[in-house]
Parts: sequence; C-alpha cells; structure tokens
Amino acid sequence: MENLIALLIAAPLLGAGLLLCGGRRLDRVGHLLGTVLAAASFVIGVVLFADMLGKGGEERALHQHLFSWVPVEGFQADIAFQLDQLSMTFVLLITGVGTLIHIYSIGYMEHDERRRRFFGYLNLFLAAMLLLVLADNYLLLYFGWEGVGLASYLLIGFWQHKPSAATAAKKAFLVNRVGDMGLSIAIMLMFTTFGTFAFGPVLESTGEASDGTITGIGLMLLLAACGKSAQVPLQSWLGDAMEGPTPVSALIHAATMVTAGVYLITRSGAIFNASPDAQLVVVVVGAVTLLFGAIVGCAKDDIKKALAGSTMSQIGYMILAAGLGPIGYVFAIMHLVTHGFFKAGLFLGAGSVMHGMNDEVDMRKYGGLRKYMPVTFVTFGLGYLAIIGFPGLSGFWSKDKIIEAAFAKGGTEGWILGAVTLLGAALTAYYMTRVMLMTFFGEKRWQPDAEGNEPHPHESPKSMTIPMIVLAFGSVFAGGLFSLNESFVKWLEPVTAFEHGHPPISAGAVTASTVVVLLIGVGAAYLQYGRKPVPVIAPRGSLLTRAARRDLLQDDFNHVVLVRGGEHLTRSLVYVDHTLVDGVVNGTAASFGGLSGRLRKLQNGYARSYAVSMFGGTAVLIAATLLMRAV
Amino acid sequence: MNPVNYLYLAALLFTIGAAGVLIRRNAIVVFMCVELMLNACNLAFVAFSRMHGNLDGQIIAFFTMVVAAAEVVVGLAIIVSLFRSRHSASVDDASLMKL
Repeated sequence: MENLIALLIAAPLLGAGLLLCGGRRLDRVGHLLGTVLAAASFVIGVVLFADMLGKGGEERALHQHLFSWVPVEGFQADIAFQLDQLSMTFVLLITGVGTLIHIYSIGYMEHDERRRRFFGYLNLFLAAMLLLVLADNYLLLYFGWEGVGLASYLLIGFWQHKPSAATAAKKAFLVNRVGDMGLSIAIMLMFTTFGTFAFGPVLESTGEASDGTITGIGLMLLLAACGKSAQVPLQSWLGDAMEGPTPVSALIHAATMVTAGVYLITRSGAIFNASPDAQLVVVVVGAVTLLFGAIVGCAKDDIKKALAGSTMSQIGYMILAAGLGPIGYVFAIMHLVTHGFFKAGLFLGAGSVMHGMNDEVDMRKYGGLRKYMPVTFVTFGLGYLAIIGFPGLSGFWSKDKIIEAAFAKGGTEGWILGAVTLLGAALTAYYMTRVMLMTFFGEKRWQPDAEGNEPHPHESPKSMTIPMIVLAFGSVFAGGLFSLNESFVKWLEPVTAFEHGHPPISAGAVTASTVVVLLIGVGAAYLQYGRKPVPVIAPRGSLLTRAARRDLLQDDFNHVVLVRGGEHLTRSLVYVDHTLVDGVVNGTAASFGGLSGRLRKLQNGYARSYAVSMFGGTAVLIAATLLMRAV
Repeated sequence: MNPVNYLYLAALLFTIGAAGVLIRRNAIVVFMCVELMLNACNLAFVAFSRMHGNLDGQIIAFFTMVVAAAEVVVGLAIIVSLFRSRHSASVDDASLMKL
C-alpha cells in the first residue's frame, strides 16, 4: 500500500510535465489529460483512505522511502513520504476539490487559447501541494512549499498580458518569499538544535531544546505560515491574487496554498505545545487576521475581493484554533476542510456569475441574478449558509467548535478570544449576506458598457455547474458528518492529540450566542442592502469603510514603512558605498596609476638604454655574489 | 705561456665589446660588438678548458659559435630591412617601442 503514496504525487506531476513540455499537439486533449490525472490522484487517495480505515488508529500511518536525496555524513535528506490521518485529510481535500476545479476549468477556460498550459500549471500546483503535505521531513516539505509558491505565481499571473495580473503575481511571490525565509531559518535552527529535520525525531525531542530555541523555531514557522496563509502582517498579496482566473482563486483559497500554513502549524504542533509564547503569538495573529479580513470583506465591491477578505478571515479562525493547542488542532483542520468545500463552491459560483456577466466583478452592477442563474444561485446560497454558520450546515459545526475552544482557552485571554471570534462570526454573516443580496437579489443594475454590449446573464455550462453542485453537497453535509459521533476528532486524535476544552460558559450558551450574532449580522446587512436599493455608484462611506476599501491601508503601510524605508536605507548605503568604499578602492587605484605613470618613463624605446640596465643589473648581481663570497 | 693571460685578453675584449654596444649608434657596429663579446666568451671558455684539462669549455664554445651564426643571420636581416625602410642604421632612430 505504501508504494502508492509516490503515485499520488506522480500523477499530477506527470500531467504537468506532459502538458507543459508536450507542445501544441496536446492542445486538443490537454484539459482532459490534466483532469484525468488529477482524478487519478484522487482515486489513489480514496484507495489509500479505504485501506487506512481498515486499520487501528495508531497503525494507520504509512511511510515510503523513495531514495536518499542528499546523503552526506551528518546530514541526511531523504525523499520519503509519510501518510497519516492528517496528511490523508489534506490529500483527499486537495485532490478532491482540485479535481472538481479542473472539471470546472474545462468550461471556464474554454475560450482561452492557452488552456493546455493552464491545466499544466494546475497539475503542477496539485503536485507541489501534495508533496508539501506528504513529505516526512521539513526539507522536503520546503521543496513542496516553494513549488506551491512557483505554481501560484504562474497561475495568478496567467493573464500576464494584463499588467495588473503580472504585478499581482510578482507581489504574491515576493510576499511569500518573506515567509519562506522564516521556514528556511526554522529548518536551519532545527538542524543545528536536533541534528535532523525529519518530523519524527524533531517533534519527539522538543523537550531537549532550550525554551528560547523552541520559541524561535515556533515564531519562524509562524512567519512561514503567515506568508502562505495570508495572515497579518504578510496578508497583502491575497487580495491582488484575484487577478488570476477564478478557478485559480478557488484552488488557492480552498484546497491549496493558504491551507499550507495551517498544515505547517498543526504538523509542528509539538513545537508550539512546548512554547506557550509562540502559541500566544499564533493566537494573536489569528485573531487580528480574522477581524482584519472580515472588515476588508465588508467594504469590497469586487465580488472576488470580498471573498478574498473572507478567506483571510476564515484562515484566521484556523490559525487561531491551531494556536490554542490540543484543544484546537482538530477543529482548525475540520474548519479547513469544511471551508475547502464552501469557499471553493463560493469562488466557483462567483466565477459562474462573472462568466455570465462579461467578466464584470463589481457587485454594484449585478442585482437580481437569481432568476437568470438558478443553479449558481442555489449552490452559492448553500455555500453562503455554510460559511455564515447557519445551524446544521458545515460551517456551523466547525466554527462553533472553534469559538467554543477560544472561550476554553481560559482566563481573560479566553474571554477576549471568544469575543473576537463571535465578532468575526457576526462580520462574516454581514459581509456574506451583503455579497448575496447585492448579487442575487434586488433589481438588475447592469448597464451596457462603453461599446454598447449589454451583458446577457445566463446559466453556465454543465462542466461548471456540476462541480458547484458537488461542492454544495459538501458545504451542507460535511460538517454534520464530521461531528456525528465525533468521528473527525477520533480520526485525527492519534496525530494531533486532542483535549476537551472546558469553556467557562456552557457549550449550549456558546452555540446560542453564535446564532444570535449570526442573526444580528444578517439583519444588519438586510437593513442596509435588502430593504433599500443598492446604489450603482459606491457612496463615499465612513472613514473605516474607505480604509477597508483600501485593504485597511495595508499597501500604504507597506509602501511607507517597507518601500520608503528600504529606499532610504539603500540610498544611505549607496552614499556610504560611493564615498567610503569607492573612496578607498579608487584612491588605491589612482595612487598605483600615478606611480606607474612615472615608472613607464623608463620604457623609452632606446635599445642602448635597455642594454645599460642589463649590464648594470648583471654588474650588480656579480658584485653582490662576490661580496657574499667574501663575507 | 700562462693561460691566465688569455683570460685577461678575454676580459679586455668583452669590455671593449660591451662599451661598443652601449656607446655606438650604428647598428652594424653594435652588432659587431656583440660578436666581439661572444668571441671573448669563447676565448674564456677555451682558456678554462685548457686550465682544467677537460673539453667542456671547448664544446660550449662550439655551441656559442652555432648560436652566433644563427644570430648573425637574423640580426643582419633585421638591420637590412630596418635600413631599407628608414635609410638609416642608427639604433636610436628605431625607438618606437615605448609607451
């Protein structure tokens, strides 16, 4: 069975290789090939899953050693895979949702002449992400991590003829690099501390390292997670990443990429458990990001950017849960999976709306679309109910548990975190209701564009609606299925460990308050966008709204602090370089130049003067020799 | 006759040759002075050969002659072509090889 693990990665990797190197002759079958290979990977995943279910909880982990990557004395890096329950969860999510997105892309990218290449990149993305979650050591994980960064760069900038897309891809890549630095430093620290970077030895021996080292490793891992998962302060790339084709957004936001940070923190749980300080920082980052994303999501008129804010916020929930330790890991992953379903569904729905509206993304120019796109409306609606945590749907089960765990943190912290998560839930309800009302309800607000083309909203083709329907099923039932008999907790417990949290208020009260804040959020959005017609031109808005429209000034902050600061730093360094370093170097060069200018006068071209120097030299040599003899 | 006298003669001839190389401007004369220095060396070699009672010095003298013959061929050719192009055989006129 363990020999199948490599095949999980090999299938999409083969697809990427064939599609990217195969050339034009594959144009006609490329999209099918890519989809079939992604599906093949999913089938292998299901086979392994079925096999895993047949074994006891502790014996489920599989290992496959492929070959020694860097066999050096004292430094052993292997291409080796580990498939335990945590990796399995990710494998099924990545390949399952990934395959659905492949199918969707067949329809969505139908008129794009570079569709083959697009599928090649999608396959590459899947392969890199699978490598990331299947690696059995941090170095191989880092390889997958970088692969994900590369694939996201290629996909976000897929429409590179648009300068905005090219810039967004560059931005995503650069911001991610900051996080990647964190990961590489963490790996170096691990190697110097433990002498290895395989998961098993490192995570078992966290007690041997000093507190400072463990906290350092934890914070560096958190920095890495912030980069990939778009958490404050490395969140700025996520909104711009919407420049990529919509299936890419769905893939990045649901199945791959942003989940990598949560995976990293959960996988390194032992390190964070050993360092309460690092855990506290993780929780704070999660809490700040979940409000940050939610506030940004409330103000955006671009449907994809509103959803991007929502992703940031939901990942914030997961990071927060992961920072809570054993009471939260399981729920972080559970929310990740349910979020994978509904967020993929929402993005595919948004793509379907754009497909029918001539690629218009401004929600103020939608309105009343439920009549024109019934399937999209229903699937999007179910995703909407799931994300706001409507009782009974997926998001309810996972988010409610996170809120409960936040309260269970205990003390003042517990109350603050609980309040933040509840506030986040209210904001989620508000901004998602806003998206829903502006898109599907109210009067039609679209107008002919400058060339007089009026959009004719229509339902998308089957290849696009079927994945949306499947994801809608996941959005509705996944959470309940996971919570039934605590099956998800039991499934992950052997890997991540689990403790029951004890919130200071009863679980029923938490659930009740979740529902109350949900209703408040929905009600507020209804009063603002349901009762009154939505203005086509965005009103000026309050100071907070205007700030949120500019992503809460994140780019301005980065510009002022990092770009300007960097410029000043480089200018002063250039000045030092010009005056001090160049002064020394140029001064030396000039003095040698002057000296040689004088010395070259000796080369006067007269053969006789050369002869004099020869004779003179010989005479001196002879005289010296004789003198030495005499002494 | 005392062989040391031949060494005095060789030193005298070498000095004359060297002085000629340094002082004279005419390339032909400079050239002949070089030959004079070579022959002074040859004389010294032969004298040493006689003094030490072996043939090493004589053999080296033959080598010197062969080298001198070859040098004459090349050197004269250079001087002739120099004279043809400049109508002068002065070594100071050919002073273009400088910075």
